[in-house]
Amino acid sequence: MPGIAAKLLLGVALTLAATFVLLILAGLVAGLLAPFLGSVPISYNFRSIKARWTSTIVAVLGIAGTVGVFVAMLSLANGFQATLVASGSPGNALILRAGSPTEMMGGVTLDAVRVVQDAPGVARDSSGPLVTQEVVGVMPFPLISTGTDANVQVRGVSPNVLRIRTFAKITDGRMFRPGLSEIVAGRNASRTYAGLTLGNTIQFGGGHWQVVGIFDAGGSAFDSEVWCDAKILNEILKRPDNIFQSVTVHLASPESFQQFKDAVTSDPRMNVDVTREIDYYAKQSTVMTRLITVLGGLVAAIMAVGAVFGALNTMYSAIAERGREIATMRAVGYSSWNVVLSFLFEALSISFVGGILGCLAVLPLNGLTTNTMNFQTFANVAFAFKITFDLLLLGVVFGLVMGVLGGMLPAIRAATRPVAVALREL
Amino acid sequence: MVRVDGSGGSNSLIQVRGLDKTYRRGGGEIRVLQGLNLDVDKGDFVAFMGPSGSGKTTLLNLLGGLDVPTRGTITVAGDEITHMSGHKLTEWRARHVGFVFQMYNLIPVLTAFQNVELPLLLTKLSKAQRRKHVETVLHVVGLADRMNHYPRQLSGGQEQRVAIGRAIVADPTFLLCDEPTGDLDRQSADEIMGLIEQLVKEYGKTVLMVTHDPVVARRAGRTLHLEKGLLAESAEPQGVAAGGRHEI
Ligand SMILES: Nc1ncnc2c1ncn2[C@@H]1O[C@H](COP(=O)(O)OP(=O)(O)OP(=O)(O)O)[C@@H](O)[C@H]1O
Ligand SMILES: [Mg+2]
Repeated sequence: MPGIAAKLLLGVALTLAATFVLLILAGLVAGLLAPFLGSVPISYNFRSIKARWTSTIVAVLGIAGTVGVFVAMLSLANGFQATLVASGSPGNALILRAGSPTEMMGGVTLDAVRVVQDAPGVARDSSGPLVTQEVVGVMPFPLISTGTDANVQVRGVSPNVLRIRTFAKITDGRMFRPGLSEIVAGRNASRTYAGLTLGNTIQFGGGHWQVVGIFDAGGSAFDSEVWCDAKILNEILKRPDNIFQSVTVHLASPESFQQFKDAVTSDPRMNVDVTREIDYYAKQSTVMTRLITVLGGLVAAIMAVGAVFGALNTMYSAIAERGREIATMRAVGYSSWNVVLSFLFEALSISFVGGILGCLAVLPLNGLTTNTMNFQTFANVAFAFKITFDLLLLGVVFGLVMGVLGGMLPAIRAATRPVAVALREL
Repeated sequence: MVRVDGSGGSNSLIQVRGLDKTYRRGGGEIRVLQGLNLDVDKGDFVAFMGPSGSGKTTLLNLLGGLDVPTRGTITVAGDEITHMSGHKLTEWRARHVGFVFQMYNLIPVLTAFQNVELPLLLTKLSKAQRRKHVETVLHVVGLADRMNHYPRQLSGGQEQRVAIGRAIVADPTFLLCDEPTGDLDRQSADEIMGLIEQLVKEYGKTVLMVTHDPVVARRAGRTLHLEKGLLAESAEPQGVAAGGRHEI
C-alpha cells in the first residue's frame, strides 16, 4: 500500500510540474507573439515602461544579475570542459591499466609498451613508432599571485611527444634533451607559478631541473603541466624504471582505432584499457563540469526567485497604477485575452532588457583565465570562461522565463478585474 | 420617444425592463436599481439626473455591458445583452457602445491620434483607413491640429474632446456619457455640450448622459430623474429634440 501511495504522489507531482512547465511555455509563446496575436499596440507597453522606468529598473536589474551569474557559471563549466576536451585528439589512443579510471592510478609495464609499439594501426616515422609512455607526478609549486603552493602536474614523456600531441608547440627555447634533467613548461604553468621561466633552474622531487623551453598546448589542460623525460622523472622519484602510468599512441589515422584496440586488448599478455584520447578527457571533465553547473544552477535558482519577485512587484504595481487605463480599454472593447497578452508582452520586454544587460555585463569575462582543481588528478588546471552564442541565448531565454513567471499572475489579475469596479478608481 | 413606464414598443433602440441591481457589501445589501424601465429611440438625447449614490453610474454601466444586472433585461437593437457571455459582451461593446467618462480616461502614454485610434485597432480596417477615420473624427471634435499631442499637453476640455472622438470613431450604436462635463469649467463644459449636441443633431447619434448640472441637462432632449431605484420623467419638454435651447 505505501508503494501505491508513493507512486500516486509522484504522479501528482509530475503532473503538476508538467502543467507548470506547459503554463510557462504557453505564457512565453503567447507573450512573444503578442504583437501579432493581440490588439493593444506594443508602443503602449514600451511607452508605459518608459514612463515608469524607476519601478521597472528593479525588475531589470534583478533579472540582469541573475542572468549574468547564470551565464558566467555556465561559461565556466563550458570553458573547463573545452579545455579538457581540447587535451585529447581523435587521432590518439590512450592505454591505461585495465580498470583504472585515471592515469594517476595507472601501471603499464615496459613489456606492455613494447606490445603497443608493435601493434597495427600505430603511426610511425623515422624515429620509430609514435608512442609516448608516461609517468605523472603532482608537485607543489608556489603561485606567483599568492606565493602559496599549488599542485602542478609534472609529466614524464617520451622525447618524441610533440609528434604525438601535434597541437603542442615549443614557443620559447627548445625541447628537453633525452637523459638530462631538463623541463619544458606549459604556457599557463609558466605564467602561473614562480620559477618556471626560461633559463631558470628549479628544484623538485629531490632533483635540480633547468627550464629549457615553454610550450603552447593550444589551450588544453597540458598548458598547465610541466614536461620532462620520463626516464629521468622515474629515476628522481625513485620509481621502478619499467612501469609507466599511461601510454599514448598516435594512430596511423583516426579510423585505425578499432584495429589497434582489438589487437592490443586481445593480446593475452596485456591487461589494459584502450580509449580514444578525446573520450578520456571528455569524461575527465564531467565531474568538475557537473559540479560547476549544479552549484551555478543553485545560485542562479536562488537569485531567480528574488528576480521573479522583483518582476512580480514591478508588474503588480504597474497594473495597480494603470487600473483605470486597463478598465477603459476593456470598456472600449478590448478582451481580457488582449489585456493578458499586452501585460505578458510588457513583462517579457522588461525581462528581455534584463537578460541582454546580464549577458553584456558578463561578456568581458569571455577568455578570462582562472584556475581550478581537476578532481580526477588533483592538479590545478588553468581554463578560461567560454561564452558562446548558445549560452547567451540560453541566458536570454532564462531571463524571459523569469519575466513570464513575474508577469503571468499580474497580467491575469489585470484582465479579470471587474471593469465597473476598476473604472471607479482614481 | 423616451419612456420610463415600460410601455415602449419593441421597435425602440434601447429597451430596459424590470432592471434590478443589488450590491452586496459586507453583510448587507444595497438595492440600487429596483425594477427600472426605460425605452430610448434612435437619435434620442437623454440626460439622467439624481442625487449622488442614486445609481446613475450603475445604470450606465449596465446599459454599456460593463456590469450585469441582478434581475431584468436590457435589449439593444434587438440584442438582449443581459444574458451574453463575457466574451460576447466585450465584442458587443466594441461594436455598439461609445463611452465618455468624467475623468476622460485617456491613455496617458498615447497621443490624441492613438487614443482615438484605439477602438479601430479592434476592427479589420487597414492602417490607411484607420488614419482617415481618426483624422475625420479629430476634425469633427476640433482637434485636427492636436493629433500628436499627449493628454498631458491638452486642456481638460481638449482631453474630453479626444475622449469623445474615441467614443464615436467606430460609429457605435449609442453613446454613454457619465458626467462628461463634471470636471470642466463652464465654458469648456459648454463647448463639450455643443459638440455632443452636434453629434445628435447632425450625425443622428443616440446619447445617454449623466449629469449633476441642470444647465447641462437642459441641453438634452429629455431629462430623467433617478430616485429610489426608478426613473421618473421631469415635467417640461426641453433641449434639442424640442427645438434646441442654446442659452446657458
Ligand atoms: N462595486 C460596488 N460594490 C458595492 N457597492 C457599490 C458598488 N458600486 C456602486 N456601489 C454603490 O451603489 C450606489 C450607487 O452608486 P453609483 O456610482 O451608481 O451612484 P451615482 O448615482 O453614479 O453617484 P455619483 O453621482 O456620486 O456618481 C452607491 O451607494 C454605491 O456606493
Ligand atoms: Mg456616478
